[in-house]
Amino acid sequence: MAKHADDGETTLDSALAELRDHYDSDGHGVELIEVAGGWQILTRPEYTEAIERAQLAARPQRLSAAALETLAIIAYRQPIGRAEIEEIRGVGAGAILKSLHERALIDIVARGEGLGRPLLYGTTPSFLEQFALRHLEELPRADELAIALRAPRPATPTSVPAVKDNGEAPPRAD
Amino acid sequence: MDDVALADPPRTMTPSGSEVFVVELAEFSGPLDLLLSLIRDEQIDIYDIPIARIAEQFLGRISSLKLDEAADYLEMAARLVRIKAQMLLPRREGEDVWEDPRAELVRRLLEYQQVREVVDVLERRSEERRGRFARAYSQQTIQIPVPGALKISLPELLSAVDRVLRLARKPHIHDVVPRALDVDGAIGIVRALLAIRSHAQWKDVLPRKAEPWEVLSLLLALLELAKLGELRLAQPRPFAAFEISRDSTGEAA
Repeated sequence: MAKHADDGETTLDSALAELRDHYDSDGHGVELIEVAGGWQILTRPEYTEAIERAQLAARPQRLSAAALETLAIIAYRQPIGRAEIEEIRGVGAGAILKSLHERALIDIVARGEGLGRPLLYGTTPSFLEQFALRHLEELPRADELAIALRAPRPATPTSVPAVKDNGEAPPRAD
Repeated sequence: MDDVALADPPRTMTPSGSEVFVVELAEFSGPLDLLLSLIRDEQIDIYDIPIARIAEQFLGRISSLKLDEAADYLEMAARLVRIKAQMLLPRREGEDVWEDPRAELVRRLLEYQQVREVVDVLERRSEERRGRFARAYSQQTIQIPVPGALKISLPELLSAVDRVLRLARKPHIHDVVPRALDVDGAIGIVRALLAIRSHAQWKDVLPRKAEPWEVLSLLLALLELAKLGELRLAQPRPFAAFEISRDSTGEAA
């Protein structure tokens, strides 16, 4: 927050705070949530079941693991091309990218340098909204992850005894 | 089947001409995922993978899953077998630097592991968000207002008609400025000249700095006299000044 927020900004902030307090204190079914650089009035999680039973709204479809992996890679490496995504996941990504694009979670943000000028993908504000993120920095930093990407231990002949593998039967090729 | 909600169903040809063979299992999202789960099951140190054992298990798994045709899995299987072969190569005595053929695979596995961790975070967040409903934004279709019945009284209509008719009837008036042409005067001048000379030029009859009306008067006078047969007009070549000559035949007549 800027220290020298002008009057408009302070008025807005206090109005938002007032609205949030209003929803929180007077037993409302909704609350004010800051998300994707804006604010949204959402129903409270404790009413999900009731709302679904009353068929007022249905939960959106869950994303597949493959789709989430692709999204995760794009979120951290954007702008990123299809080839790089496929290299990290070890699987073709065409169909998933298309589907994520259709769900407005990703968008083509640029074209890369190099052969064929590949399309580069990035996440959209809708991605932030659907994952309840105020901004991308809210995702865990790489060094906060349990397995941080660190350089592999320098392998020495002693740590990798070649004889150990020799004892095993070779896999059949067929 | 919740886990494959978004992905295409297993083994389908995409309708678009690209003909991508999408192999998607509820259990594994790719060869790296399968590999990681094998490593986890066997409680193996990721930095020291017994590659022969893992390669064999990997091959066994993909053939039991009937995934032999899945290129991505086969590629990984080939990679594992290759690494295994490299591990079997004898290392020369006294060779200090030995590059572990598994290093690249380890790097990729760790990277992929990290992706899986982010997926866990995303999954938690999206699961929490899925249970909350926002007011859906429904685009307002723009209604073009239909014009209602015309509300006008008869007198109003009549006066409107009257206004239109008056505008239409108003005559278009030009102010025509009468221009004095002195054709008779010009005829007199030409006759006087031709009384003295039998030939004359256009410029002889015309005063210097002649006004347009003088030029026109002279032209009309010449044409009039030519018609009367008092003179002849001749132009030797195009755009040349025309020559005036007394019409002797007319005179004779």
